[in-house]
Amino acid sequence: MLNFRSPETTPLVRLNNAGVSRNGRWLVRGVEFSISPGEIVTLIGPNGSGKSTTAKTAIGVLKADEGYVERKPGLKVGYVPQKLAVDWTLPLTVERLMTLTGPLKGREIEEALSATGVLHLARSEVQHLSGGEFQRALLARAIARKPDLLVLDEPVQGVDFSGEIALYELIKQIRNRTGCGILLISHDLHIVMAETDTVVCLNGHVCCRGTPQAVSQSPEYQKLFGRRAAGALAVYSHNHDHTHLPDGRVLHADGSITEHCYPGDGHHHDEDGNVHDHGEDCGCGPHTRLHGFEVKEKRDA
Amino acid sequence: MLDDFFVRALIAGIGIAVMAGPLGCFVIWRRMAYFGDTMAHSALLGVALSLLLDLNLMVAVFIVAAAVSVLLLFLQRRGALSTDALLGILSHSALSIGLVIVAFMTWVRIDLVGFLFGDILAVSESDIDIIWGGGILVIFAIVYLWRPLLASTVNPELAEAEGMRPERARLFFMLLMALVIAIAMKIVGILLITSLLIIPAATARRFATSPEIMAVLASVIGALAVTGGLFGSLHWDTPSGPSIVVAALALFVLSLLPIGRRRLETASHPTPGGHH
Repeated sequence: MLNFRSPETTPLVRLNNAGVSRNGRWLVRGVEFSISPGEIVTLIGPNGSGKSTTAKTAIGVLKADEGYVERKPGLKVGYVPQKLAVDWTLPLTVERLMTLTGPLKGREIEEALSATGVLHLARSEVQHLSGGEFQRALLARAIARKPDLLVLDEPVQGVDFSGEIALYELIKQIRNRTGCGILLISHDLHIVMAETDTVVCLNGHVCCRGTPQAVSQSPEYQKLFGRRAAGALAVYSHNHDHTHLPDGRVLHADGSITEHCYPGDGHHHDEDGNVHDHGEDCGCGPHTRLHGFEVKEKRDA
Repeated sequence: MLDDFFVRALIAGIGIAVMAGPLGCFVIWRRMAYFGDTMAHSALLGVALSLLLDLNLMVAVFIVAAAVSVLLLFLQRRGALSTDALLGILSHSALSIGLVIVAFMTWVRIDLVGFLFGDILAVSESDIDIIWGGGILVIFAIVYLWRPLLASTVNPELAEAEGMRPERARLFFMLLMALVIAIAMKIVGILLITSLLIIPAATARRFATSPEIMAVLASVIGALAVTGGLFGSLHWDTPSGPSIVVAALALFVLSLLPIGRRRLETASHPTPGGHH
C-alpha cells in the first residue's frame, strides 16, 4: 500500500488542545490531532460528543475558544455537512449545486457526478432526490472542486449497506488519486472505513485514539458483513469507562459521579484491559493524557 | 391616452419591480418575509426622523432600516429570544415610535396614508433618476454578490468552510434590502413593499428551473404586475399601490393553475416514487 504520509509534509490542519464552548458549557475540549495530505482521520463518538463541532473547528467555521487550530495557508476545503436542507422555494438542480461555491468546467462536473454514480440525476432538482442520492450529489460537489482537505460529516447517512461500502470504496479512490487529506465523521461507534489511518474517539474530549482493526482479519465480522464489506470496513474496539449524564455530570465505571470530565478520562481499550480507576481523589492530575495502548493487528500485513 | 404622470409612474414602478425581483427571491429562499416587513415598518420611524432632523427622506429611511437590521443581527447573536419574536418587537416598536414622534411634532402635518400606501402617481422626474440609479446599483451588487449569497442561503457553514464569508454576504443583503425599501416606499408604501418583493418571486418559482432564471422571472413578473396594476387603477379609478399588489396576486393565482404543470413535473421526476 502506498504511504502518502511522509515526515516532511506539513499537516493540512492541526488542532492544538482545541476547545469550543457555548453559553458557558464546553461542547468539546482538549482536542488534539492533525491531518496530513493523503491521511484519513475518522472521528467517532456518541451523539452530542462534539464530532461535528470538532470538524467545524478544524475548518474554521467555528472558532476555538481554547487552544488553537493551525491551517495550511490557502487550504482548499471540500465540505459535506451533516444536515443540509434546501428550501423548496429554491430551484436547484444537481448540476447547479455543483458550482455553488466556485466555477467548474462541464467536464469536471460530469467526472465528479459519474464518480459518485449520480450523473443521470444531473438535471433533477435536489429536493426530489432520495437521501442516498442527495448524499452522493453532495459528495460529488465536494470532490469536484479538487480540495486539499475533504471533510465528510456522516457521508453514508441514508445510504444502504452496499451503497455505504461503495461510497467508502469511492472515498478511498479519491484519496489514492488526489492525495487529499480526509476528515471523516462516522455515524457508527465501532465500524469505520478500513482505510482510516487514525480513529479519534470523542466524548466531549478525546477519549481514545488508534488505528482500526481490519474486518478482513476478524472472521466473525467477516461473516457478519460479508466478504465485500470486509475490504471496506474496519472495526475499532473500545469501551469507555465513563458516561456523560444529561445534566453535564460524568458517571464513571466505578459508580462515582464527578462534575466534569477530565482530560485524562475514559480511554481504555478492551484489548489492553487497562481499567482506569477513578477514586475519590481523582483529579486526573497524575494520569497521563492518553494511555499508551497497543493495537495488536498490523493492517498492512 | 397616456398622461405624463402616468408614464412616469410606469417607468418608476418598473424600476422598482426590476430591483425587487432578485431580492425578493432571496427573501423567500431565506424565509425572511417577516424580516422584510419589519424593515418596511421601521421606515415610518425614518420618516419621522427625517422631519425632526430635516434630513432627506430616502436617506433617513435607509439609515433607520439599516440600523434595525444591524440591531437584529446583534440581538440574534445574543440568542435570548427567537428571531420572529425579536422581529415582532422591532417591527411594531419602530412603527409606534415613529407615530409618537410625529404626534409630538405639532407643527407638521403629514399625509400618513401617503406613506403607508404610497403615491406612485406623484412621482417626479428626479424620483425616477433616483429609482433607476439605485436600481442599477442594486442589480450590480446582487450580480457581484450572487455566488456567496446563494451559497450561504443553501448552507452558511458550507459557504464558510469553502472560503466564503456568509456573515458579510448577509450584511450586504440587509443593506440592499434597506436601500430598496427606502427607494420603493414612495411607490407602494410601507405596508405594501414586502408584497412587491414576495409575490412576484413566489410566482416565478413555479416556472423557474434555476435560481438565476427565477430572479430574472421575478423581475419580469413584477414589471407585469406594475403595468397591469397601473392600467387597472387608471381604468377603475382605484388606488395605485394596492392595485399593483392585486395585479401581482392575480398573476400568482394564474401561476397556480395546473396548466403545463404535468409536463414540468415529469421533467424533474425521472424516477417516480423515490422522492420525499
